[in-house]
Amino acid sequence: MVEIVQATRRHPLQAGQLDVASVSVTLADNATRISLRARDNAVSALSKALGITLPMKPKTSASNGGRAVLWLGPDEWLIIDNADSAVVADLAKAKVLNSAVDISHRNVGIIVAGKGADAVVNGGCPQDLSLKAFPVGAASRTVLGKIEIVLWRTGEDVFRVECWRSFSNYAYAFLQESARDVAI
Amino acid sequence: MLLIKCPYCEEERPELEFRNAGEAHLVRANPIIEQSDDDFAGFLYFRQNPKGLQFERWRHIHGCGRFFNAVRDSVSDKFLTVYKAGDPRPDIDTLLSPAAAEPEPPATKRPRAKKVEV
Ligand SMILES: [Zn+2]
Repeated sequence: MVEIVQATRRHPLQAGQLDVASVSVTLADNATRISLRARDNAVSALSKALGITLPMKPKTSASNGGRAVLWLGPDEWLIIDNADSAVVADLAKAKVLNSAVDISHRNVGIIVAGKGADAVVNGGCPQDLSLKAFPVGAASRTVLGKIEIVLWRTGEDVFRVECWRSFSNYAYAFLQESARDVAI
Repeated sequence: MLLIKCPYCEEERPELEFRNAGEAHLVRANPIIEQSDDDFAGFLYFRQNPKGLQFERWRHIHGCGRFFNAVRDSVSDKFLTVYKAGDPRPDIDTLLSPAAAEPEPPATKRPRAKKVEV
């Protein structure tokens, strides 16, 4: 007797209904975000104002409480903090040449957490996400499918994906689809 | 997928994060007003596009955002070296000498796709 296997048909607008237990794709809380650009000679003053030493090594981040600074480029950082953060006022105290742009509403954060979270992100991100190459705390601008994201590993099985808000529907649906593929 | 080393990120990254940005080491004449039309047209339009080794600009656009230069073989796609923008043009003969050639990683050390435990 031949067994006929019928693929389950999914509605394309089913994002948000991830019926998977092993890994979750959820929205991050609203946050304050700053795009910070500065030259080497301003780094120490900015670090002091922020209360965090700006990371200078590629693909790294530094954090203090709820406030985190992600290295994006040799003169570029992304600061993520709680929604009610005083980071803008803190940065204003540094009297050195820098550019701090509030991009809180430009980005949307998505949290991928659980078993196989790395495989979920790898469904659309070509970087090596093994713990050796991308340890806890690692952060990088990269790609997910056809969009650009900032990826930050906050735990062994936890990733924060930051994307621009107009791409957020795409990123959210993409990650959910990927999660269905790697789910137990 | 090609892995391209970014001299600013100091590691190899997937080619999807990069954009090619044309021929490297094009210098704008100064003062440009004294340049002949033919020379200016050469600067603006005419590229070498050689078959073989070429000096190229690349941008790690979906990474650190930086422009850098690379020596690439346009036939094999092999990158001989990458270097930061502003650094002098490396000597091709030195790059091609056997001493400079990086040893191929042994087969067992080649990075393998991680098997996901599910
Ligand atoms: Zn880079």
